[in-house]
Amino acid sequence: MKNGILLAAALIIATVVLIVIGTVKPIPSAEHFAGEQNLLPSSSTPEAAVRNLGDEISLGHWARAYDSLANKTQFSEDEFIHDLTGYYANLRTDATLNSFEVRPLHATENDAEMRLTLHWATVLGPSESTRDLHVTRVGDHWAPEWPLDKRPAVPPQVIPVNYLRWDVIYPGPGDDWGVQGVEAPHVRIVDMRPVQRAEGVVILGELLNDDVVPAYVSVTATLQSKTGKALATEDSFDKISHVLLPKQVTPFLIDFPDATLSSVGSIRMSPFSTLVPASADPVIEIDNAHLNPAPDASLSGELMNESGQIVNVAHVLGTFYDKSGQVVWIGDEYIDRALLPQTPQAFLIHIPEDLARNVSSQRTVVSSFEYGGVL
Amino acid sequence: MRLLAFFASGLALGVAPLAFAQSGNLTLPKAVEAGAAFSIATAGSGKATLYIAGLGQVVKRQVDLGQTVNFPVGTLYSAGRYVVVLQGDQEPESGEFDVVPAKGVAELSFLARPSRLPVGLHDAITGAVYVFDAYKNLMVAPTPVSFELSGPSGAAQKRTVVTRFGAAWTEFDSTARQGADKFVANAGAASTRRVISQVPGDPCGLTMTAKRDGKQVELQTAPIRDCSGNPVPDGEVVTFTASFGDDQSTADVPIKGGIAKIDMPIQDGALISVASGVVMGNQIRWEK
Repeated sequence: MKNGILLAAALIIATVVLIVIGTVKPIPSAEHFAGEQNLLPSSSTPEAAVRNLGDEISLGHWARAYDSLANKTQFSEDEFIHDLTGYYANLRTDATLNSFEVRPLHATENDAEMRLTLHWATVLGPSESTRDLHVTRVGDHWAPEWPLDKRPAVPPQVIPVNYLRWDVIYPGPGDDWGVQGVEAPHVRIVDMRPVQRAEGVVILGELLNDDVVPAYVSVTATLQSKTGKALATEDSFDKISHVLLPKQVTPFLIDFPDATLSSVGSIRMSPFSTLVPASADPVIEIDNAHLNPAPDASLSGELMNESGQIVNVAHVLGTFYDKSGQVVWIGDEYIDRALLPQTPQAFLIHIPEDLARNVSSQRTVVSSFEYGGVL
Repeated sequence: MRLLAFFASGLALGVAPLAFAQSGNLTLPKAVEAGAAFSIATAGSGKATLYIAGLGQVVKRQVDLGQTVNFPVGTLYSAGRYVVVLQGDQEPESGEFDVVPAKGVAELSFLARPSRLPVGLHDAITGAVYVFDAYKNLMVAPTPVSFELSGPSGAAQKRTVVTRFGAAWTEFDSTARQGADKFVANAGAASTRRVISQVPGDPCGLTMTAKRDGKQVELQTAPIRDCSGNPVPDGEVVTFTASFGDDQSTADVPIKGGIAKIDMPIQDGALISVASGVVMGNQIRWEK
């Protein structure tokens, strides 16, 4: 009993002593994470300077990152932060910098060109952005110049909004059995094709809202063996535009990892649709969509928000066809910047290298998401 | 399950006369109309307990043997077969009788499908009716049901169908004119109405024009109608596509005020096309 009391007293005294030591004389790394001391190595090389900048961005030390820039007099710290995270709510707003890469492009004795690739972790998965930085020697160290992406400012204006909107009134709890409900929107699959890929079977297709009301849609596919036994069931998840206006077409892609097409006898497709309140706006135009050949085959273009409404997140879905008009691939990209009215925003959808040579045309659709609103 | 049992008993009974059946000390009616008053005569002397048990209903009465037991209106209202047991000092006696639906249709369950469909489709509107009496018993006796589908123009399609085992159904064409159709089913004094929304079909003869509007080109469709001349409703998406070499610009534009319209940056020599769903419209080669 006496020994136990002594041990407890010793532990309490030791804890108090350690707290006092840690407070009076903290270790350098603790000081750094508390924002007190810069633990980063000196910017003695162009690469180290850009690496330090990347570290400060990933730690959210905006003031230090801004202070390290050689061209900070050209813009404010707020402009620098908004350049990285966006002024309006978007995918980057709540993203964290997962990692970054620095690659030298060119160097002389007094300046250098470095490529900084930032890997962001967003709520919808990874997002990558690349900036080419000019780095200059300033005395005994190097300082990067931040290539601020100066976006055209939308002039203050009043845009009249006259958009269409659908609301749904469902049967009430007092309605009796047999009382008429509201029909689910009529949708149909207008194209479907299974493809064998290295990672498994992929089902590509297109779905049309054949009705006069908007629909929330998804597609489920079941692979069946040659004896009719169900092998696997998957759905389109986010590789589809879920809200379809009347007569709108969306591509869909369904992944069956590790499945082999040779063991599949048939595929059962189940399109799902339900009534959903929706708005006909915003209209997003896709300008100058261009197929870029291999290597790095891709579809590039620009999105133009034709409405007065800010689009927080845009999802671009590209359908790629061969010469006979058959779907050969479906790719997508989430735009991590808000789409401002009448302001072009570039997009880039990668196309698998082995399929790129078969692609001869494309069709692109955009679905938009507004924070605090409906799809 | 209850319906199946009722079908079986109902088929056997049909419109059988409500006669009486003698079973020892019990004289039972062969059938009783749902909700109607009825009586059970007993024989003998002394006290006994009378039980009547059927689908969802049980009645218990203390009776003096030798007297007739009267049951007031509304005692038994669920159609089906009932078992009667008389428990006295002697061996219990039992018998059976049926409760059949009351006369006169009081309620219709009317299923009209679909609630919304394009104009001009053959046999696309289905109406199915189940007839019930005042106590919600399915009336299995053949009953004429008249269906009437009237469009916004007032023209009506009419048909009378006799129920089989309590149900009657029919099919109608959707008319050529969009609007809300009234779909009415009548049987006896009962009538039920549903609304069928007839909507325009696919666009027909989709055409657009293009004209320069500053740095951009204004693309605008003519008023969009289906093949029956109904205006296609606002909100349907029209896709404009401009192709120039390997570049392509597209926009999905909802119809507003009967037309679709957008300004797009289009290069000279570009081929512009318009489509809605799977319907293609005209093409324009844009030249200065």
